[in-house]
Amino acid sequence: MRFAISLLTVLAIASIIGTVLKQNEPYTNYHFEFGDFWFSIFEPIGLFDVYHAGWFLGILGFLIVSVSLCIYRHVPGMLRDIKSYRERASYNSLRLIHHHAEIDGTPDQAATEAWLKQHGFRWKTRTEDGVTLLAAKRGSWQKLGYFFAHSAIVVICIGFIIDGNLPLKLREVFGGKVAETRDLPQSQVPPHSRLDASNLSFRGNVTLSEGGGGDVVFLNAGNGYFVQELPFVLKLKQFHVEHYSTGQPKRFASDIDVFDHAGKLLKSGTVEVNKPLIVDGVAIYQSSFGDGGSPLQFARWDLMTGQQTTLAGRSQSEQPFQNGQEKYTLEFGDLRVFNIENMGKLAAQTSAVAVDQFSQALASARSVRAERNLKNLGPSIQFKLRDSAGQATEYLNYLAPFNDSGANYLISGVRHAVTDQFSFVRMPLDDDMKPDTFQRLRATLLDQRTWPEIAKRTADKAFKDGAFSATNRNQFEAVTTSVLQQFAQGGFPALEKFLVAKVPQEQRQGIAQTYLKILQGATVDAMDVAQQRAGLQPLPVDPEHYRFLMDSLVAASSLFDYGPQVYLQPVGFTEVKSSGFQLTRSPGKNVVYLGSILLVLGIFCMFYIREERLWLRVADGRTLLAMSSNRRSSDFDREFERHRTALLPETGDSA
Amino acid sequence: MNATAQRLAARSPFDFIFALLVLIAGGIAFSRYGSFMDYYEQAILIGAAGAMIGLGWFWPALRVFLPTCAAIALAGIGLYHGDLARAQTAFWLKYLLASQSLVMWMCVCFFLATAMFWLGVLRRSETALSIGSGLTWAAATAALSSSLVRWYESYLIGADVGHIPVSNLYEVFVLFCLITSLMYLYYSARYKARSMGAFVLLVISAAVGFILWYTFDRQAHEIQPLIPALQSWWMKIHVPANFIGYGSFALSAMLGVAQLLATPSAPLKKETKIVGYLAATVLVAIAVCLQLKSSEWFPQSGPVVAIGSFLLFAAVAILGIALNRGVLSAFPLNPDILSEISYKAIALGFLFFTIATILGAAWAADAWGGYWSWDPKETWALIVWLNYAAWLHVRLVKGWRGDILAWWAVVGLLVTTFAFLGVNMVLSGLHSYGGL
Repeated sequence: MRFAISLLTVLAIASIIGTVLKQNEPYTNYHFEFGDFWFSIFEPIGLFDVYHAGWFLGILGFLIVSVSLCIYRHVPGMLRDIKSYRERASYNSLRLIHHHAEIDGTPDQAATEAWLKQHGFRWKTRTEDGVTLLAAKRGSWQKLGYFFAHSAIVVICIGFIIDGNLPLKLREVFGGKVAETRDLPQSQVPPHSRLDASNLSFRGNVTLSEGGGGDVVFLNAGNGYFVQELPFVLKLKQFHVEHYSTGQPKRFASDIDVFDHAGKLLKSGTVEVNKPLIVDGVAIYQSSFGDGGSPLQFARWDLMTGQQTTLAGRSQSEQPFQNGQEKYTLEFGDLRVFNIENMGKLAAQTSAVAVDQFSQALASARSVRAERNLKNLGPSIQFKLRDSAGQATEYLNYLAPFNDSGANYLISGVRHAVTDQFSFVRMPLDDDMKPDTFQRLRATLLDQRTWPEIAKRTADKAFKDGAFSATNRNQFEAVTTSVLQQFAQGGFPALEKFLVAKVPQEQRQGIAQTYLKILQGATVDAMDVAQQRAGLQPLPVDPEHYRFLMDSLVAASSLFDYGPQVYLQPVGFTEVKSSGFQLTRSPGKNVVYLGSILLVLGIFCMFYIREERLWLRVADGRTLLAMSSNRRSSDFDREFERHRTALLPETGDSA
Repeated sequence: MNATAQRLAARSPFDFIFALLVLIAGGIAFSRYGSFMDYYEQAILIGAAGAMIGLGWFWPALRVFLPTCAAIALAGIGLYHGDLARAQTAFWLKYLLASQSLVMWMCVCFFLATAMFWLGVLRRSETALSIGSGLTWAAATAALSSSLVRWYESYLIGADVGHIPVSNLYEVFVLFCLITSLMYLYYSARYKARSMGAFVLLVISAAVGFILWYTFDRQAHEIQPLIPALQSWWMKIHVPANFIGYGSFALSAMLGVAQLLATPSAPLKKETKIVGYLAATVLVAIAVCLQLKSSEWFPQSGPVVAIGSFLLFAAVAILGIALNRGVLSAFPLNPDILSEISYKAIALGFLFFTIATILGAAWAADAWGGYWSWDPKETWALIVWLNYAAWLHVRLVKGWRGDILAWWAVVGLLVTTFAFLGVNMVLSGLHSYGGL
């Protein structure tokens, strides 16, 4: 018992370690987290996969043996005890029982037996030497509860071992199986890392694209994996994902076909979370989903010249990419068709007045409906542009226009390190909902050949309005050109750097504002020049278009921090989803369930059936009633009182 | 057969009226909504009706409690006229019958009940204790009615959103309060030990405090639709079974505290007390500093810090009990009764916790592809189970009694709390939807 308890304690501590330390992560993560020294200590004792470590299984084994021994030792005695009525109990031993009472007189036998029968007792009467001893008992199941509960532990553990990876471990040790640690295409995994379809029990994962199929799953094993062959071929026809109006996922479902290796359809059906499909003793579960490699179309914008070409790609794949002289690798990530974002609190929900905040808190505590400002931003594509030196810039580009109080933008997120947040560029769209006008404007602003023309127009306007009447016109044009030049070298930050370098601090603010005004004016003129060069009508002069121009200026500036000066505007896609399945064969499951039923039954019997024994000894006109139970409690005190008053009607001298 | 007939004849007519009421209600529910349920859900409905009749017959107070809650819930549902916005406008909904209003009433009643119980114990006032009991009944009524109304409200948000309110931490906290208070009411009536409410209501009040913080600070009371993994009839039985377990373990731990404070014991030396209180103060100071500054000091190890401060507070609580042993020995708390109820509660909790864990395993087999994945929640459930299995062994096999088991029950609550809350807050895993 003491040994068993200490084993249980070790088991509990080991389990705690397993929950605190993330299990079965890639080994590189552990290296990174603990350093080489601790890694070299933790790894051999199996702390990264505690529950499958040899010593953990060993303890479980010990536990089975110890519990089995316990059952073996106790059960025969218990069975004897269950059968026995203890009808040979002596007068003295009965008097030693705590709950006993003795009176003069003899109770009516028929009434006694009726009472005992009504209360579920079974009894035996033994008469010897003028002494009649009625020995009764009930609740014998209580003892069986012990047997049920303890054998349940053994049964459950056996089920566990059947389904656990012990068989696989044994094959690793004795059967020459070795986990594969390289990242290989499935077909090239060597036979000593493959398990054939007859494997008794496994639990592995596979991801299929729509239209794709597979006949193997991958089993994790420490730092590597095994390829488990399936007794059938699994084909994913279509994957469905549905959302609630709040954007949370509502349903994941895969329409699948299962064929045998000869190509005959075995089963066709839909697998959903909580609704697995069972084929040939193998259960197929929905476990994850993603993008399965969707064809994508882009408009490719050269941000320096505003030239547009087209580009085709496929999500989840890589392709070479050339920008001018530079060679890149274009690494497409996920296509996400829905991007439902919480756009922050609604105006009605934010109040500055404290009293209102309190009453609002109360009102919101009363309302069970979440008021959220949700918006579907539409499809997005994430990708990286990696240069020949291995440096990558990551982008998150949205396809649909984003509307912000009447104006439309294309959104593109950019980051230079995976750990950074995306910073977003909002490129304004023109009247035709296209980025063309913005691109044209930016190209013009960056093209030094246009600067004299722009500067001239800006000066014309400035001197006509009389705002700079005192200034020399040539000087104004030179300043405008210089501002454009600085802007073309890096947007607002470049302009600021220039100011910091050239202008004393006390004048900086004023000059900066003047420069900004000039730049804003020049942007209007640059637009006109751009339109003229493209043979198009100038933009109408009104607040909307002025806003467009100012937004363009901001976007033109932010694009300097965009990495390679290329913008890939998503224009179309054909979604191909992928679905992750978990396939298991677990013959131990029913064994475990059987054990579970035994366990509940056993616990119920042990705690809720009270084993009671009752003796009624009649001799020499005196009657002794004694009762014992396996458990002393105030309930039993009451029980004894009840039986005493019923069976010994006249109050005698109870001891 | 004859015995059964006799036992039936001995039942009071109210038992049969109650049973009839439950059957009618169940029948109406079945005929109106049966076609929306799958077979399992229909079986659960029938089983629930049976269980309710059984419970009502076993504990007669429920024959009043359950119909009252049903009537309150129906009144609330009737007032909605199918429009959720009326919770903010219709007078009765706004101040009493909307689920959130009922939860607030529940909170108020539990706090008042706690105060009354302490008054009753310290002033030895039976009146205060009986008021406390009444308030606890009122709070339990509000809790059950609020859950029922909330169930309906979830369908008003959207037909696809509707679900039984046991799906997130907020909802199960209300369930925890309900179950723990009902268990208290049952045992206190059966063993005529109302005064133990002073302790049991403390843990309920803590849960109520959490509910309030969770509502006002985190808006956790908002009804969220179910993620696919939770869309299963298993949830309807797995979660309540679990909370019968948690509720009984919490109850037994608080009785353990009561027992330790009420059992007469030799007074501690003055120096020991001073050292003890100093140590407790230092521990509190460290824990508070950790709470405030941990993000600066140990930005990398949030979980470890959380576990650390949890252990610190636990240590303070244990120290507090140890320093005040026997302080309530003059008050009407009978240690023997407390210890017996504590055992009964653990036995009950252990049974239901076992059932809940098994149901959870069966659900996991349906949803995650394996009945046991050594997910942190599963593993901690096993640890809790082992803990109470050992507790029961030493009591039944070794015959241990008294202080040591009381201490163990208190420590058991720490383990249980970690399994219930700590795992969700600190450890990631498949159960992460129960997170804060």
